[in-house]
Amino acid sequence: MTETTTEKARIGAPSAQPYINGFTEEGENLSPINADGTVAAPSSGPLAGDSAKGHSHGGGVGVPDSSRAGRLTSYKLEDFKALTGLEEDWRFTPLRRLRGLHTEALSGAAPSVSVSAPEGVTVETVGRDDNRIGTAGIPEDRVSANAWANFKEATVITVPAETSLDSEVSVVLAGNGSEASAQHVVIVAEKFSKGLVVLGHEGSAVVSENVEIVLEDGAELTVVSLQEWNDDSVHASSQQAKIGRDAKFKHITVSLGGNLVRVTPTARFAAPGGEVELFGLYFADAGQHLEHRTYVDHAQPNCVSNVLYKGALQGKDAHTVWVGDVLIQKQAEGTDSYEKNQNLVLTDGCRADSVPNLEIETGLIEGAGHASATGRFDDEHLFYLMARGIPEDVARRLVVRGFLNEIIQKIKVPALEERLTEAVERELAAGDN
Amino acid sequence: MSTLEIKDLHVSIETEQGTKEILKGVSLTIKTGETHAIMGPNGSGKSTLASTIAGHPRYTVTSGSITLDGEDVLEMSVDERARAGVFLAMQYPVEVPGVTMTNFLRTAKTAIDGEAPALRTWTKDVKAAMQELRIDADFAQRNVNEGFSGGEKKRVEILQLELFKPKFAVLDETDSGLDVDALKVVSEGVNRAHATGNMGTLLITHYTRILRYIKPDFVHVFVDGKVVEEGGPELADRLEEEGYDRYLSGAGAAVAPAVQA
Ligand SMILES: Nc1ncnc2c1ncn2[C@@H]1O[C@H](COP(=O)(O)OP(=O)(O)OP(=O)(O)O)[C@@H](O)[C@H]1O
Ligand SMILES: [Mg+2]
Repeated sequence: MTETTTEKARIGAPSAQPYINGFTEEGENLSPINADGTVAAPSSGPLAGDSAKGHSHGGGVGVPDSSRAGRLTSYKLEDFKALTGLEEDWRFTPLRRLRGLHTEALSGAAPSVSVSAPEGVTVETVGRDDNRIGTAGIPEDRVSANAWANFKEATVITVPAETSLDSEVSVVLAGNGSEASAQHVVIVAEKFSKGLVVLGHEGSAVVSENVEIVLEDGAELTVVSLQEWNDDSVHASSQQAKIGRDAKFKHITVSLGGNLVRVTPTARFAAPGGEVELFGLYFADAGQHLEHRTYVDHAQPNCVSNVLYKGALQGKDAHTVWVGDVLIQKQAEGTDSYEKNQNLVLTDGCRADSVPNLEIETGLIEGAGHASATGRFDDEHLFYLMARGIPEDVARRLVVRGFLNEIIQKIKVPALEERLTEAVERELAAGDN
Repeated sequence: MSTLEIKDLHVSIETEQGTKEILKGVSLTIKTGETHAIMGPNGSGKSTLASTIAGHPRYTVTSGSITLDGEDVLEMSVDERARAGVFLAMQYPVEVPGVTMTNFLRTAKTAIDGEAPALRTWTKDVKAAMQELRIDADFAQRNVNEGFSGGEKKRVEILQLELFKPKFAVLDETDSGLDVDALKVVSEGVNRAHATGNMGTLLITHYTRILRYIKPDFVHVFVDGKVVEEGGPELADRLEEEGYDRYLSGAGAAVAPAVQA
């Protein structure tokens, strides 16, 4: 890779990197929201006083500051101002391509949901008033709130307590329309359960989706979100996970298809001892906008998080965005966190934005690091491989395959790994002409 | 028996100041089993010659020819040249992101041979060759040249030479950046490849020290894009003593006439 920055901030070794917001020589608590002791009125939502402790602001009481914790969260659409594109969390997104997800009532037909699950798993379709709705997330942006305001029914998938699934739960969300729509999915991994849920997004859709994921104490859950949409689809997906005591959560985003895809996975520790891995793979072709914003909220002590997103870009106006927020709150002593984004630019005319944001409010941590690297697959690489007899198309594939494989290997489900490898091959083949 | 023939080669590059001619009529004939050393001062065009043989797009051949057993090499793409049996060990091997050595070596071998190597013997061959070149086994899992030291990169170039078994090897300053031990290890690798009797070698170097380990049959002195003197191994000894000054000194100095090797 051509540019690499790696940072492992440790106690007593504060970093001078300017983009670690709020990191002083003492290594603590610079978030204005904490600095001036402001604690906004708790939200009336079910998360208030829990995982979003003191940092969520219902009723439109956002605290304008640079801290991730100060961001407005609300179930009410009207609490969010109309988007201008200047907002920190929308500044990379081409709003005019959102096809109304931020402006219109999302009254179109949501992608159809079909679930195949191993025995023991319960799958329900419920109304808006189901009490599991709202257990893991509060919308953090207008598009998510718009979906919350408009979804008609939700799919609730529950892995029962102390059950280990021997195969994955496969959820296919098949789009079949172009009217702006709203979707809601809740995944609950009960105490000490073990499971894997795959959300496969396909077809054509314009949809804003909220996925709530609850890991009760000791649960181990992997959620894979595949975006294999048709070229015309627009998809905004807020996927918020609440992590119980000693629970292990692995989240893998794979974005390949769609005109505009914006996935915002958030993990919040609700109790100590949890582990979170957020992995992502994306491959943007000409004209595609693929955006991922990860957020790990270390609100509890002794939790571990690791974020790794890798993307490849090829073709004119292929655009990817990764913004990785990690917040280590004052009380989150013993935190160990790391986040990294790597992009591989295959052709001219692409743009990869990569922004790691690390906020550290306590010095009493195991470690907090980040790295971001965007490398070009350039003519010299190509020359080197071709000078070894490897034809140009094979050379390109070799590089991309190797690069993205690191994420695919994290899935640990052979059939799914194979399917994704093939999907990546198809992306490559499509770029050859 | 193969022949690589370079005839009156003129090569230029595009620079910000315009087109610049770097090779000004180079002729060289290399046959299987021969080792030719090209020696010359910095900037004389040695790498340009090497890269032009391999087909680097930066270099434009304005006249002259390169043929391999009569086939027009200049007509071939970079990968075709490699498959035809031309190997370039680069002065500055590039780091290729995302590709492990293992994967790279197998893919290249498959491309060159036109079929995948038998897995079991291949793995064994790679391991053995790595061992002989004192390359740590864990390099197999690392990305091509990524984070390798200068010396490690050179060993890996020679590893490829041994595994790919080209008809002609062009070694561009393989000796630079190597300490004495590494120089020996690398030279032994070249000598092993040569000992198969199926390879001709064009050894490009600035210094004579590698010639203690790899014995050239012919030495060509390269100055300002041209061969200015040719001879046998004794020419290298003379260069060791006298350096290049003789060829570079003031305008009036007589340039030794090129003797036909
Ligand atoms: N990309 C380039 N842009 C401008 N000049 C170049 C470029 N590449 C080569 N040259 C010039 O061409 C000439 C020959 O360069 P070349 O690298 O072939 O020399 P060399 O004999 O291999 O030198 P060295 O011993 O330093 O490796 C030099 O004057 C060099 O500055
Ligand atoms: Mg050179």
